[in-house]
Amino acid sequence: MRLSEIKSHLSKFRVGIAGAGGLGSNCAVALARSGVGTLVIADFDVIEEANLNRQYYFADQIGVNKTVALKENIARIDPGITVIAHQEKLDRINIIEIFSGCNIIVEAFDSSVMKEMLIETVQVSMPDIPVIVGSGMAGWGNTNDLRYRKIDNTLYVCGDEFSEVSDNLPPLAPRVAIVANMQANVVIDLLMHNI
Amino acid sequence: MKILLNNRIEEFIEESISVSEMLLQKKFSYKMRIIKINNLLIEKEKYDTTIIHDGDNVQMLYLMSGG
Repeated sequence: MRLSEIKSHLSKFRVGIAGAGGLGSNCAVALARSGVGTLVIADFDVIEEANLNRQYYFADQIGVNKTVALKENIARIDPGITVIAHQEKLDRINIIEIFSGCNIIVEAFDSSVMKEMLIETVQVSMPDIPVIVGSGMAGWGNTNDLRYRKIDNTLYVCGDEFSEVSDNLPPLAPRVAIVANMQANVVIDLLMHNI
Repeated sequence: MKILLNNRIEEFIEESISVSEMLLQKKFSYKMRIIKINNLLIEKEKYDTTIIHDGDNVQMLYLMSGG
């Protein structure tokens, strides 16, 4: 299939991204470059200097809300992509409102508590929407440990499912962006098969 | 009973056990996880009352902080 046909097909879909940190910002950019028509991005946080080691933001965006900055950055890449930005902390109630109508949801949180909350909420309340989870990407090296696993038709996980962040094992750009792009790759694969 | 646990066959002496008992027997102590039985997500507060039967397909996903 030609690139123009792929982009034209992907433009019809809407993908939700829960969190606009290292996973969410990099995944959103990959999906935008691929031509996914509408991205619904939710995060309450503002950009800090410490985020710039892995998140798709720039030094002059420090202090700006992440969803606002990400919308701006995506518009600079492709103004034809629609970005719906929600500056909200996600919970079991607003997740359903914000992401209903999405074809797929990307789980892109930092904290494991939030990851669990999002997966439970979507799988219980919106069981038809596939969730693409990122789990295990701290540190560096061990590239071949980063993998993709299909649990069933509505749950997929990318990462090594092992490396947790800590003071001595921080998240770095390469492994975080690899997992974010693996998530984007799963999304595109599902959308190309019309899910 | 025999079940499928993350795509591997696991045997238990019991005819059926609760999710909590399975976690205890297998010494799965890491708390941040998702469990699905036959593609249905089991909420944490239902681990004690949800029973795993012979032939069930149990999938477990560990959630690591970082992103």
